[in-house]
Amino acid sequence: MKRLLLALLLIPCLVAAEEAKPLAENQQAEARLKALAIELRCLVCQNQTLADSNAPLAEDLRREVREMIAKDMSDQEIIDFLVQRYGDFVLYRPPLKATTTFLWLGPFLLLVVGGATLAVALRRRAKKLTDPALSDEDHHTVAELLSEGTKRS
Amino acid sequence: MIPEIGHFALILALCVAVVQGSLPIYGAAVGSSALMSVAKPAARGQFILVLLAFCCLGYAFAAKDFSVLYVAATSNSQLPLHYRLAAIWGAHEGSLLLWTFILTIWMVAVTLFSTHLPEAMRARILGVMGLVSLGFLLFMLTVSNPFERLIPAAADGRDLNPLLQDPGMVMHPPMLYMGYVGFSVAFAFAIAALLGGNLDAAWARWSRPWTTAAWCFLTVGIALGSGWAYYELGWGGWWFWDPVENASFMPWLAGTALIHSLAVTDKRGGFKVWTVLLAILAFSLSLVGTFLVRSGVLTSVHAFATDPKRGLFILIFLAIVIGGSLLLYAWRAPRVGLGGSFDMVSREAMLLGNNVLLIAALGSVLLGTLYPLFLDALGLGKISVGPPYFDTVFVPLMTPAIFLMGIGPLALWKKASLPDLAMRLRWAFGASLVTALLLPFVLGKWTPLISLGLLLALWIVTTTIVNIRERVSHLVGNSLTSCLAALPRAYWGMVLAHCGIAIFIVGVTMVKGFEVEQDLRMNVGETSTIGGYTFRFDGVREIKGPNYMAARGMFHVTKWGHDVTDMYPEKRHYSVQNQTMTEAAIDSGLLRDLYVSLGEPLAGGAWSVRLYHKPFIDWIWGGCLIMALGGVLAMSDRRYRLAWRREESLAQATPHPLGQEVL
Amino acid sequence: MKRFLLPLAIFVVVVGFLGIGLTLNPREVPSPLVGKPAPEFALPQLYEPQNTLSLKDMSGKVWLLNFWASWCGGCKEEHPVLMQLAKAGEVPIYGMDYKDQREEALAWLRRWGNPYPVIAVDEAGRVGINYGVYGVPETYVIDKAGMIRYKQIGPLDEEILQKKILPLVRELQKQ
Repeated sequence: MKRLLLALLLIPCLVAAEEAKPLAENQQAEARLKALAIELRCLVCQNQTLADSNAPLAEDLRREVREMIAKDMSDQEIIDFLVQRYGDFVLYRPPLKATTTFLWLGPFLLLVVGGATLAVALRRRAKKLTDPALSDEDHHTVAELLSEGTKRS
Repeated sequence: MIPEIGHFALILALCVAVVQGSLPIYGAAVGSSALMSVAKPAARGQFILVLLAFCCLGYAFAAKDFSVLYVAATSNSQLPLHYRLAAIWGAHEGSLLLWTFILTIWMVAVTLFSTHLPEAMRARILGVMGLVSLGFLLFMLTVSNPFERLIPAAADGRDLNPLLQDPGMVMHPPMLYMGYVGFSVAFAFAIAALLGGNLDAAWARWSRPWTTAAWCFLTVGIALGSGWAYYELGWGGWWFWDPVENASFMPWLAGTALIHSLAVTDKRGGFKVWTVLLAILAFSLSLVGTFLVRSGVLTSVHAFATDPKRGLFILIFLAIVIGGSLLLYAWRAPRVGLGGSFDMVSREAMLLGNNVLLIAALGSVLLGTLYPLFLDALGLGKISVGPPYFDTVFVPLMTPAIFLMGIGPLALWKKASLPDLAMRLRWAFGASLVTALLLPFVLGKWTPLISLGLLLALWIVTTTIVNIRERVSHLVGNSLTSCLAALPRAYWGMVLAHCGIAIFIVGVTMVKGFEVEQDLRMNVGETSTIGGYTFRFDGVREIKGPNYMAARGMFHVTKWGHDVTDMYPEKRHYSVQNQTMTEAAIDSGLLRDLYVSLGEPLAGGAWSVRLYHKPFIDWIWGGCLIMALGGVLAMSDRRYRLAWRREESLAQATPHPLGQEVL
Repeated sequence: MKRFLLPLAIFVVVVGFLGIGLTLNPREVPSPLVGKPAPEFALPQLYEPQNTLSLKDMSGKVWLLNFWASWCGGCKEEHPVLMQLAKAGEVPIYGMDYKDQREEALAWLRRWGNPYPVIAVDEAGRVGINYGVYGVPETYVIDKAGMIRYKQIGPLDEEILQKKILPLVRELQKQ
């Protein structure tokens, strides 16, 4: 009887294994932080995002961004805040300005120029080349050459 | 004593390289068989000498000889033997020795497998490779000597960077270098053809297996690097568009374009000049990559300790080799004939379309990688170009390429018909489109990118099936299996490689679309469930490794009540370099990875923990390996083996005619 | 056939840039605040924590703001230069103790000397972020109107002092 009571008392412990709590207090804010931080550069690291870096400055900057999120600043305002202080270097997504137009348009231009070059080249060679009609003599020469099995070097 | 032997071996190798780089090429120009025959023994001699140097360095590491500066900088008495040996290529000087060693391996391979080539061509190929090795040996002997002494000897070494103490570290650089250096063979073929004036379809046919081999190695090398970053760096990422990663990816893109272009030149004799340019480009990008990694010009996690002096040397070497090749190209290319004609809609045109797209992608990666440097050099400010840029730009360029991948193999050589192709592919397209649109809903989430990824992967697979069916139906039947077996290996290689890409795309799409991440504070006994898997934290234990102390976490994983696995992530502290490293625990599966990373200890015995469920992530590297396998299969095609055997016996029977080349 | 020279031409341009790249430092982040007003701050002083040092106090004079910390190696390197500059008295250098412990900062100054008339304490590093500081030491030249005129990243040395900073300071003082 005692054992049965003991067993009954233990059942809740078996059923309710504690669910771990998320590390961050505010899930939504953390999600926003993450979305921003993966596009921001850790300034003291060798090419890492603000999200991944363990450097002290990165932690400070994440703290700043969290506070700005808590103040209900928009993503653009937060980015502007950091760019004002650190320049465009801090952004992994280069902003579209006069100096970066070639960067953003370049791939498209490459494609267009490449495609156009190919089309032009194909058209040009189609005009230049027509398969030659072989004369009977030529056919004979060809047959001879093939039977000899000469190597070109 | 042993390091001095190694050093001396390098000096001798340099002398041999001078001979190898000059006499055979001159001999080919004047038609002197005696001079040309110097190439083979010179190449083999270099191999022996550089092998000797490599073994001497290996011995210095194995014997913990800290009087050698390089050993003292990258090794330690506590470092296990296999990592001491891997440390040979753990830093700049030793990795250059590895580069040179691998170059001599390829040289010897050329001497062994090129008996069917005309003597003059082989002489030029080995000569060009000799000139490349000359540059690297000179580089090592002047500013990057791995055998430099440290006097007085250090009491103990500075240890290999803990990030590099890992099995992936052992394999990744050698595989990568086999690829980079392997493109030097295709490069040498191209230069030899330009020098000799014999740029024809035969040249393309000879180049193909060498190019494919290098490409296979590079594919595996890049995949290893990506996989290694994934499990070693502790944040679950596998590609960051980091400058050094891009430095390996660009030759790969050029190499892929080259493989396809060689197919056109081989089969139809067309676009020879373009193929030669690609061959020069692929190797040039390998060299530029070497420069970027070692010069300090770009910031990267992967960069070796930088030194502008080294950068200058490599840059000058680059300028001479590539500048010289492009000058030769500009001089010789205009005289090359055009080859067979083909229509605007034809397999040749589609293969070239593939080239345009791959080169546009390559150009974009190069642009993004070098743009910060451009602006800085022009005084226009400092910017960063990272994954957001590359991801935005790369996908739209690759999508049409993959679309072409489905159509190209079905198109006829010389002249194809678009309406006809559309007819044959309509079911493939329809089925792929419908599945791609609906499947994400079944899986739980729909975004345009997920659908796009699935569409591309399904497109490749369905068009491949259509292609195989058509091919088999043309073979008058025995059983299905004998028909399939009758298809040439090169064809199956292509099928496998393309399917590898499909598998890769599935992996990327599913991981990026459906990955789940949780940052938790876990007390002992607490659980969390993601992706259907329940993780229970069982505490942390202190353990001691050979050269580190670690806190090892214990996690028990179950699914629907059934035990799945136990996982042990660690936080290691390497005493010598005073570095803390996170060793993530990964449970790999065919359909998903479970990834656990220990964070920091928190108050009350709790720990911050990061849990991931990553569906299909191993398909990323699986796809790459299958791609490489496809390449291997293509290389082992009968036509190469037969041709080699046939022409080898022919070569032994008949004397070589002397060519009438200009140079 | 000029188009065959195109690859070579492109290559030469790229090599040119790579060559220039060898002389540049890709990790240096120049400050966008040069030529802009210095951000406001009001922080407790190191020696007299009940008093505050704020930007407003400094208006009307040309001064240097030096971010330093006791844990910073480069700060030790530049310290003799700062001491000399302080002795010469041409321009005052105010210190900003960045992310430091008070005890350690005081001990450091006791040991190596104090070139600063006043030192502010930025314990959390927030003012540093406002100034775009990403490492120590960093030094700002601020003019009479409170505009940042120059930022030195990394330790100061005699050469930079003589060639860039002092001439600038003298010019600003004339205004």
